[in-house]
Amino acid sequence: MISCGEAVRHLWEFLDRGLSDENQRAVEEHLAWCVRCCGELEFARSLRQLLRTTAEGGVPDDVRNRLSRFIDDLDHID
Amino acid sequence: MVLTASDTAALQQLARDELPGLYALARRLAGRNDAEDVVQEALLRACQAFGSLRDHQAGARWLRVILANVWRDRVRKDLRAPRELPVDDVERFSLYRTLVEEDPFPYSDSLHLDFLSAFTDDDVDTVLDRLPPRYRAPLVLRYVEGFATAQIARMLELPLGTVLSQLHRGRRLFEREMWNYAAECGLLPDQGGARAGEREGGGPRWSA
Ligand SMILES: [Zn+2]
Repeated sequence: MISCGEAVRHLWEFLDRGLSDENQRAVEEHLAWCVRCCGELEFARSLRQLLRTTAEGGVPDDVRNRLSRFIDDLDHID
Repeated sequence: MVLTASDTAALQQLARDELPGLYALARRLAGRNDAEDVVQEALLRACQAFGSLRDHQAGARWLRVILANVWRDRVRKDLRAPRELPVDDVERFSLYRTLVEEDPFPYSDSLHLDFLSAFTDDDVDTVLDRLPPRYRAPLVLRYVEGFATAQIARMLELPLGTVLSQLHRGRRLFEREMWNYAAECGLLPDQGGARAGEREGGGPRWSA
């Protein structure tokens, strides 16, 4: 048996499958009956998704131009 | 090490293809001011090491690892703080529960998703930017770039245990900064912020 606090502390690792078998099972068992922690789990999943899908964002034009020229010039270095 | 003409051309093509992704990673690790310089240094290092890249399919990943190494070498001392900060209330912070308790969208039945969808990509970037580098970097490398924790430990030349605890604390800090940022920047309806009035059907808590 683990407490809600303990379960919540390990949710991201749980989603990463980064816990020991024993801890992974303990969190699983906790989630089987604890509605509140299931909510936490769903939210942790959404937060990870938010990070993963954060767009690359553009490269500002002046930076892109300078870096493109830098790349073009790479054949002149020795 | 001198590259053959065809190697140089291949590296240049790879660099052009990967430029947006490399710049995005550099910006998140090093900030806007240093991002361009970090990309340049990474490309120079890539020239020297290109001979060691066997699988050109893996080039995108390989360039990102080099870029992370360049950044690590610049901030080495910030990554290894002499000791961890004392455990404070950030350890116990739960964004999920804060949202339940503060209930910033009282008329919503999907409060948590409403909260997240108030954030643009730029907002998320700004929140990441507020974290100290040693917590931000593992978070970015793990959850934005998708590197495994063992790989991150090698890239940052830190013990795996250190990376794991930085990730752990980084997640908590990230959640707390999401909340602070939302409150400060008017992403919450009852804060009367600039973006708050856009919602339809407001009740007394945010009559716009
Ligand atoms: Zn629970």
